[in-house]
Amino acid sequence: MSLVQKIIKRYPEGRHKSALLPILHVAQAEFGGWLSPETMDYVASILNIKPIEVYEVASFYSMYNLQPVGKCVLEVCQTGPCWLRGSDDIIQYISNKLGIQPGETSADGMFTLKVVECLASCGSAPMMQVGNNFIENLSVEKMDDVLKKLRETHNVPSPDYGSPYPVNKA
Amino acid sequence: MGRKLLLKDINVPGIKSFEVYRKQGGYASVEKALKTMSPDAVVEEVKKSGLRGRGGAGFPTGMKWSFIDKKSEKPRYLICNADESEPGTFKDRFLMEYIPHALIEGMIVSSFALGAKTSYIYMRGEFRWIFPILEKAIEEARAAGFLGKNILGSGYDLELYVHSGAGAYICGEETAQIESLEGKRGNPRNKPPFPAIVGLYGCPTVVNNVESIAAVPHILNMGGDEYAKIGIGKSTGTKLISASGHINKPGVYEIELGLPVEEFLNSDEYCGGVWKGRKLKAVIPGGSSVPILPADLFLKNAKGEARLMSYESLADGGFASGSMLGSGGFIVMDETACIVRNLWTFARFYHHESCGQCSPCREGTGWMEKVLHRIEHGHGHMHDIDLLVDVAKKIEGNTICPLGDAAAWPVASAIRHFREEFEYHIKYPEKVMNPKHFEIEPFRSEKNLVMA
Ligand SMILES: Cc1cc2nc3c(=O)[nH]c(=O)nc-3n(C[C@H](O)[C@H](O)[C@H](O)COP(=O)(O)O)c2cc1C
Ligand code: SF4
Ligand code: FES
Repeated sequence: MSLVQKIIKRYPEGRHKSALLPILHVAQAEFGGWLSPETMDYVASILNIKPIEVYEVASFYSMYNLQPVGKCVLEVCQTGPCWLRGSDDIIQYISNKLGIQPGETSADGMFTLKVVECLASCGSAPMMQVGNNFIENLSVEKMDDVLKKLRETHNVPSPDYGSPYPVNKA
Repeated sequence: MGRKLLLKDINVPGIKSFEVYRKQGGYASVEKALKTMSPDAVVEEVKKSGLRGRGGAGFPTGMKWSFIDKKSEKPRYLICNADESEPGTFKDRFLMEYIPHALIEGMIVSSFALGAKTSYIYMRGEFRWIFPILEKAIEEARAAGFLGKNILGSGYDLELYVHSGAGAYICGEETAQIESLEGKRGNPRNKPPFPAIVGLYGCPTVVNNVESIAAVPHILNMGGDEYAKIGIGKSTGTKLISASGHINKPGVYEIELGLPVEEFLNSDEYCGGVWKGRKLKAVIPGGSSVPILPADLFLKNAKGEARLMSYESLADGGFASGSMLGSGGFIVMDETACIVRNLWTFARFYHHESCGQCSPCREGTGWMEKVLHRIEHGHGHMHDIDLLVDVAKKIEGNTICPLGDAAAWPVASAIRHFREEFEYHIKYPEKVMNPKHFEIEPFRSEKNLVMA
């Protein structure tokens, strides 16, 4: 069974529209990291719904990119708890280093900088999401290394992946 | 040291796997419920436990379950709210990531209690690496006979799926979540009808937070009455607190409700005190939506009694001098934090996340963001402060869903307790030009600075 069919099967008979959000994620990952009108029309045809039903959903949710993006999208959280721990410095540093403003893509097509709202990682702030991973406990000192690794692999797991903070003992 | 339930086994090596989780006593509640109890008896135990919803509103879980329409011939659904997007809150993620079977076990017994045969975990889309963790846990549970047809020979069938959101705080609101799960924009519905009557696909539905559902197995194992003995008064049980901001040890901590706030903040077992030897300025004790408290009112209520980490104690004094436990997002600010700037980030957040259906919320949040931006950047006027209070008042209570209130309360409380600091921004624009103004020279107000 294809992944798409598997997703549709999670919902009751006749409720296949429920699969729209998960399938848009699959489509975005498959078709270059963004949702072109053609991609959205294709998703509509798979689910047998009107294209407008796809457009209105895709434009509502912030994870769907409606414009082309770089190979690595750096989504830096800027909400209060991250700001308290220095997210402004991280955004500024990336912006200077890559010569792009939030929302822009570097000339080599490698990086897009995006500022986003709280990603539920406030205890390991400042942080950013890159692809499937959160890169946490960032500092300006670490950024050169993080960007270098991203350039090489397009995606690095968080340096602290697996234990972002101490847990209380039983 | 307080009692631990949810995170009791968090440091057991391999606890993510079914095998180790089971060895630690996991899935005992499923055996107990499906083999020896009726669904109504499960609801009864949860009622007795006094468990209150851990998603923010604190509504008694057992009571919510008893509202589900049992006369309806339609299927019933349980949706686990794993959208976790309230700034300052990251506990559900922690639970799902490190002890996924705790949620799966809770989903099975809770679905059984409600008579749901299909249940969904609605997880925020950004938690991408957690999807395989939960899906693996579901497969393991199924292989062991805890999911699927005729579970443990009881005749009860259950299918459990993980559904992905796609970046929208509003989908944490239960009716928006239902819309979103139906493949639509996350616009909250008018209530009534409540989801317990007309929910997912028009069927009776219950939406519960991850932590609420994960507490149910413990309630069934020890009995509702025993669970109710943990904690204090009507704040029964244990609670996960997400601690962030200017503290030595940010992280997720399980506390017994009723722990003194000072102990939570300062003891090495929990936050480990304010970082860098600085003074405490303010705390937002329950996520971005709840009122901010200056240090003195945080540590002691207006009557001078020590505050406790409980629904009642944090709310003591109402909005004049109290706050709320909310989702347990505990955000600490030291003397270098700028209350105006922090508030501006929140206003920007709520404006960004407003679904736009109601004009007071859509317009009001945008307006508050603009005015706060102006004040923070040294372009404000004195009348802007009262303008903010006025806009917040006009939003409050005039919207379809509580996001409007959630946007208004932080503004109203920050001005109530820190008006001097807003005035300072307006009187001395040159002093606030540098975004790090209070790091260079903390804002001094005798009223707000006390030793923690
Ligand atoms: C704007 C908004 C966002 C919310 N976000 C969440 C959330 O991320 N997680 C959650 O469990 N509840 C959230 N809630 C509360 C839910 O509507 C609902 O009350 C809760 O999931 C019920 O579960 P509980 O009774 O177990 O707490 C939110 C409410 C509002 C108004
Ligand atoms: S209060 Fe705001 S978020 Fe809630 S329904 Fe109205 S516009 Fe949408
Ligand atoms: S504020 Fe950045 S992750 Fe919560």
